[in-house]
Amino acid sequence: MELILLLFIFTLAAFLGFELVSKVPSQLHTPLMSGSNAISGITIVGALIAAGQVEGNLSKWLGFAALVLASINVVGGYMVTNRMLSMFKAKQND
Amino acid sequence: MQFAINISYIIAAILFVFGIKMLGSASTAVRGNRISSLGMLLAVVATLARSNLGYEWIAGGILTGALIGFIAAKRVQMTGMPELVALFNGFGGLASLLVGWAEYEKARPDWSAYLTENDAVPGSWFSALVIVLAIVIGGITFTGSIVAYLKLSGKIGATAAGFPGQKVVNLLVMAGLVAVGAFFSIAVEQANAPSLFLATVALSLLLGVLGVIPIGGGDMPVVIAMLNSFSGLAAAAAGFVISNTVLVVAGCLVGASGLILTVIMCKAMNRTLGNVLFGGFGAASGAGDRQVEGEMKAISVEDAYYVLEAAQNVVFVPGYGMAVAQAQHVVKELAEILERNGAEVRHAIHPVAGRMPGHMNVLLAEADVAYEQLCEMDDVNAIMSTVDVAIVIGANDVVNPSAVDDESSPIYGMPIVNVHQAKTVFALKRGQGTGFSGLVNTLFFRDNCRMIYGDAKATVSSLVSEFDG
Repeated sequence: MELILLLFIFTLAAFLGFELVSKVPSQLHTPLMSGSNAISGITIVGALIAAGQVEGNLSKWLGFAALVLASINVVGGYMVTNRMLSMFKAKQND
Repeated sequence: MQFAINISYIIAAILFVFGIKMLGSASTAVRGNRISSLGMLLAVVATLARSNLGYEWIAGGILTGALIGFIAAKRVQMTGMPELVALFNGFGGLASLLVGWAEYEKARPDWSAYLTENDAVPGSWFSALVIVLAIVIGGITFTGSIVAYLKLSGKIGATAAGFPGQKVVNLLVMAGLVAVGAFFSIAVEQANAPSLFLATVALSLLLGVLGVIPIGGGDMPVVIAMLNSFSGLAAAAAGFVISNTVLVVAGCLVGASGLILTVIMCKAMNRTLGNVLFGGFGAASGAGDRQVEGEMKAISVEDAYYVLEAAQNVVFVPGYGMAVAQAQHVVKELAEILERNGAEVRHAIHPVAGRMPGHMNVLLAEADVAYEQLCEMDDVNAIMSTVDVAIVIGANDVVNPSAVDDESSPIYGMPIVNVHQAKTVFALKRGQGTGFSGLVNTLFFRDNCRMIYGDAKATVSSLVSEFDG
């Protein structure tokens, strides 16, 4: 992948991120934070590639550790967010 | 195959965008979170479709992590939410650091082969530089979040722990980190690169600790939001390391959203980010301490009951003290009784009340308080003069009128919940001490304010039993 292309999408994603979040009501700040924290667990993709190497000893161990941590981040993050949001939602139906 | 994987990454990125978008509104937030988790699943499955992967290690890693995450998310109490979010955040940062490190170990034996294989155009210095970025941001996120976790869970003191010359030390560590990182990037193919690399790792971890240690509990919402932003940027940096689009996009989205949240938190305290990070608030007051006229007047629970019984319009203003006392359930009980008694009840929530953005909302939502009753500061301030009783529960600085009328006060200009404009204020407080900022709260000396001393939960409970009896 060319570097320029990566920089390009990085810049666009930054603007998109600003646009998306700028109008969130403060009631939802915690779920937003914990939900976006789960998204930052996307590094799991890098961890998968590193842990799945066929060779490479230390590198593979590092990848394995990264994979465990990223999985905690992803699974825990989404579940906790879901728990919080379901509390918010229940009352809306009253 | 590679084409299909990349298409899947694009779809995953779209799902993340919609997910974040939908998290911004109460009616769509649950679905938004599910959509974003679907994006994550898609990204993982697409990655597994790559050739040359050994699946035993992958299965072991995912299962271990998923199990730990599952148990932690199931077990946590809502009051423990801030520290758990901080902990998860730290794990994400460390994962990004390790991804960067793993890539370095892959490249180290033979840089020229690595560069050719990965079509890395600018040369080894650039690959090394992005590795450094992933290490530095990931490392700071990790140790910073761990310190925040320890502070939030009360395992270490939450106060601003500084030592003389701390700012100088921090600056030196920062400068050292920049220097070591730059040397490593330039000399990555030389013999001394591995030791420079280890120095980069060590200094990053150290900087995370030093950076968060001096920040006190009341400033935690800013720090948590900022570390959240960092964890995204670390993932984006890792994305540059392994040239992966979905990491760059998703990481950057999180980085940007965390940054916005940080700015919102800073604005809510009328301070700059630099002031929060380097100000050491608790230590730096003194200038604004003016003599306060009058005295703090206490009121008994029984007398408070008579006032509340007649009140038509009541506002609760919760703060960190409510979280400490775990009083949210009795508060909800009292609010229900007041409503049945014919009063209009609202909960006015300051953006930085508590220890993380939106902390009070989560606690009150857990206690089944209707979402519509959770009001933003500005909405309540608009009607404050019609409020009969404002009940301040363990909040202090966010209701300090010095922020409005005392130009010499360090918190002058900070937006507050204007409870001093209500007809009567009840302040529930454990003792006569000051809040996080260490400032005297002039609210407590005003004519319309009455103190009810004691544990917030016990006080509210006895108010409830006054109504019942």
